[in-house]
Formats: sequence, C-alpha cells, structure tokens
Amino acid sequence: MTSTPAPTTPHPSGAAPAWRRVAAQAAFETRMILRNGEQLLVTVALPVILLVGLVQTHVVSLDTEGATRVDFVTPGVLALAVMSTAFTSQAIATAFDRRNGVLRLLATTPLGRGGLLAGKVLGVLAVEVVQIVVIAGVALAMGWRPDVAGVPAALGAALLGTAAFTSLALLLAGVLRAEGVLAVANLVLVLLVVGGGILVPAGRLAGPLAHLAVLLPSGALGEAMRGALLGHGVPAFSVVVLLGWTAAFGWGAARLFRWH
Amino acid sequence: MPSSPALPGAAVVVRGLVKRYGDRAVVDGLSLEAAPGQVTAVLGPNGAGKTTTIECCEGLRAPDEGTVHVLGLDPRTDAAALRPRVGVMLQDGGLPTGVRAVEMLRHVAAMYARPRDVAELVERLGLASFARTTVRRLSGGQRQRLALAAAVVGRPEVVFLDEPSAGMDPQSRLAVWELVHELRADGVAIVLTTHLMDEAEQLADVVHVVDHGSVIASGTVPDLLASSGTPDGETSVRFEAPAGLPLDGLSSALGAAGAGTGPRWTVAEPRPGSYVVTGPADPAAVAALTAWLADRDALVSSLTVGRRTLEDVFLDLTGRHLR
Repeated sequence: MTSTPAPTTPHPSGAAPAWRRVAAQAAFETRMILRNGEQLLVTVALPVILLVGLVQTHVVSLDTEGATRVDFVTPGVLALAVMSTAFTSQAIATAFDRRNGVLRLLATTPLGRGGLLAGKVLGVLAVEVVQIVVIAGVALAMGWRPDVAGVPAALGAALLGTAAFTSLALLLAGVLRAEGVLAVANLVLVLLVVGGGILVPAGRLAGPLAHLAVLLPSGALGEAMRGALLGHGVPAFSVVVLLGWTAAFGWGAARLFRWH
Repeated sequence: MPSSPALPGAAVVVRGLVKRYGDRAVVDGLSLEAAPGQVTAVLGPNGAGKTTTIECCEGLRAPDEGTVHVLGLDPRTDAAALRPRVGVMLQDGGLPTGVRAVEMLRHVAAMYARPRDVAELVERLGLASFARTTVRRLSGGQRQRLALAAAVVGRPEVVFLDEPSAGMDPQSRLAVWELVHELRADGVAIVLTTHLMDEAEQLADVVHVVDHGSVIASGTVPDLLASSGTPDGETSVRFEAPAGLPLDGLSSALGAAGAGTGPRWTVAEPRPGSYVVTGPADPAAVAALTAWLADRDALVSSLTVGRRTLEDVFLDLTGRHLR
C-alpha cells in the first residue's frame, strides 16, 4: 500500500427520522404526479369532464332511481378518480421508475424499500385529496347534495379501494416492462369504466357482466361509494370483495415484484 | 475461495462471491477488499461482473454464495443500519426524470440527519448552471454529476461509484476526480468500477482487475505495471503514422541498430495507424526507427518513448478479442 493512513475524521452520518423520510417521499411523489401533464389529464381532467358531461347532457340516458342526476353520478366519478390515481397513474409511474433505476437508487438511501412504499401510498392519498376537492367542488356547484352521514363511510370505501388498486398497480409495475404497463394500465382503466360497474351500477350492465362486475374491485368500489353517498349504506359484500382483492394483489406484489 | 486475512479495518470485504443469473455465473468466486481513505478501482471489460459485484455490496442483490461485509455489516440483513453510512451512484443513474436537478438533490439530502450543504455541493460539482433544469433534459455528463452529488450528500463512510465518468466531458471528469480525492482525504472508502484505464491510473490506490467474474490481478498501479509483461530494460515506443505499414523488416532494422542483439523487438499495430514497438529502446534505436519510416516515405505525427500503461497490462491479462 502506498497511500498514507487515513485521518480519522468523524462522519456525522445518520438517517433522518423515519416520519421525515416518508413525508419527504410522499411530498416528492405528489409533486411529480401533479406536475405531470398526462397524469393530471387522467386523474383530474378526465373525471371532471365525465362528471360535467353526464350531469349536464342527456347523451347517456340514466335511470337514477329517483335521485337527481348529479347525486347519482358523482359517487361513481369519485370512485373512478380513486381508481385512476391508485391504479393507472401509480402503475405507470412505478413502472418507469423501476426501469430507470429510481426505485433501486432510493432503496439504497436511508428511505429503504419500506419507506419508498409508504411514501408512494401517502402520495396517492394526497393526490386523491386534491381530486376529491376538485370533483366535489364541481359537483356541489351543479347541485350535488350527498348524504352527509355517509361521508365517513365513503372515505373508508375510498381508502379500501386505494389499497386494492395500489396493490394491483405495484403488481403490474413490478412484473411487466414499462411499455407493457403503460398499455395495460390504460386499457384496464377504459375497460373498467365501460364495463366494470364503476360509473354505471353493476346491476345495470348487460348479461353476465351484471354478475361479474360486482366481483371486480371497480364494481365493489362503485357500489360502496354510491351506497354511502346516496344514503343506502355500504354493502358488506363490496367491502369483502375489496378486502379480498387487496389481499390477493398485495400477496402477488410482495411475491413477484422485481426491483431490477 | 481460500481467504487471506482481512485488511485491518477494511471497509468492504468480499469473500468468494458467486452470483448466478439462470445457470450462468456472472460473478464466480470473487474476493476483494477496500480500505478507508483509499480509492479502490474494480477494472474490467464489459460483462466481467463489476456491476453485479457492486450491487451485492449495496444490498441490491443477494449473493448466491460467499460473503459480503460493508463496515462489518451484512448489506442484506443490516440494511437499515448501513444505508445512512453508504453512498451509491448507480450505473444507469436512477434519477427521477420529472423533477428539477436541485429538487432531486434536496430530496435525497432530506433522508439524512446531517446532510452536506446542498448549495455548497451544487457549487462544488458545477451543477448551478442546470440546477433548475428538469432531470429529463440534462445531458449524460450532467446527470452523472448530479448522481455523484446524490451519492455523497449524506456524508457516507463508504461510496460505491459504478462507472462514474461515463459520458462526461473532460471538465466534468476533473471535477469528479477532485471530489473523489477530497473524499479520500476525509477517510472515506471509495469503490469505483471503470473500464477507463486513465481513470484507474489517475484515481486508484488499489486496482482489482476483474474478468469472467473473478479477480485476476490486484495491486497498486505501479505494482501491476511492474508485475506483468515487460522485462527489465524494455520500453515501449508508440508512434502514429499512416496505417498499414509493412512491419516485417522493422524488427530486424531496430535489432541491427541498437546495442541489443537478436530479435528482441516486438512490433504491433493495435489500431490502424497506431503502432507500438517494444524492446531495448535507446537513442540509436529511435533514430533507426525514424530512418526506417523515412525510407518508406511515412511521416510520423507523434512519437512517445515510455513505460507501459495500465491499458497494456489490462489487454495482456484479459486478451485483445472483442466481446
């Protein structure tokens, strides 16, 4: 060895407290989503356009079961907003972060893998708060009068839906190539909006879809949101379905997620 | 792998590391050490197993066999204790593309209790001119400098740099090398992979030459230069001249001129127009060389007489075929 002995400088290294690391990651994720034009289009603009379109025009005829059009449509649009953020947007963002090595780099900082996951979930919830405020604001301006007593149950349903759809997002993002995730996540969103019982109640869908959709996480979330905000209560069946999908997707993501 | 006793206080100790992808062993019984206050270069051709080795040290991959210790800890099981003490620069960057450069650096800094001053680091690595540019729009060299800043912002005791100079302009490389020297002076253990010979020669205290997944030579740069290849009294003469000169007669022309007798000269044209002759070079031999070239009407555009370089050693060790 030709080098001189190293001076023993103290290294005051150490991690920031866990809550600060996770909070920083959540803020970082939220900023990245809200600053991305395409993500904003899918998560905020699309639901608002659907809401206004379905309420103000009669292009789509709806049997509102005696409720006003806005009362009937808004819970489904909120469910769609949750799905677009927790699933489509999160799957695409995570897939590209995985491809670009962002997940691996952050996993080597004190944040770690657990902190990264927690930051992502909190980031999703923060974006959902923005979505709910915007959509509810537009709906209220159009005369939406939700059942106030059902609001806590609706928030609970939104949390459950977030858990199920975020798990699915991580499963896809951790298994498929980024380009594949981009295609699949958008396709699944469109299919679930059309035939997944999220905007149109499952029972109103054609043929076997009526039975299938209540078993899908989209149908379960849609039914739960409508039940809570229209004052009928959240169907227990929907809660069971959402919990089941969360467990299945979560198990799959934990087992199959590849960091490289 | 039979193991020699660890360097006292070694920051990184890898013993008999094996990592397979499918049934192909990318790393195959690799052992190396890195000491605090030293730059340890892992030098090897593409596909030699450098990045996989580093990723095992970073806790990003689990070894199939062998052991890895960083600061005495296992990167897989003691990850939480190790992460605040280790800085990482990945080969593919790993920078989120949708944020501004300085936001990215501030974000990584927020993970540490007492990070370096971000403004000082921005100044130090010349990041100021693109601090407010989105990472997506940065050039390769700018991204590399940002990734290096992120690797050192937490005041690590060990830094892993995977191909730190890839895609950098000369100014950036100098800035990076200065920072590496400064870290070394502060007692940080720096482990870097590179396939750039001049980088290893300029920076490294110790070089581990890796090929086909294991270390095939280790030592300081002077050790490596002395240990292999050129016998005493031999010198390489490199010159640039028109490509494709008929070299057949050159060896005997040089042998006749110099003090040495017999065919002690080796002559080669490793790249078109770039020649290396090795032998007992003295003033007469150099004169004979230029006379031989003049006879063939070949104008020399450069000529240097000197020792072998790490590149020569490397090519001798790893072979000259492309892969």
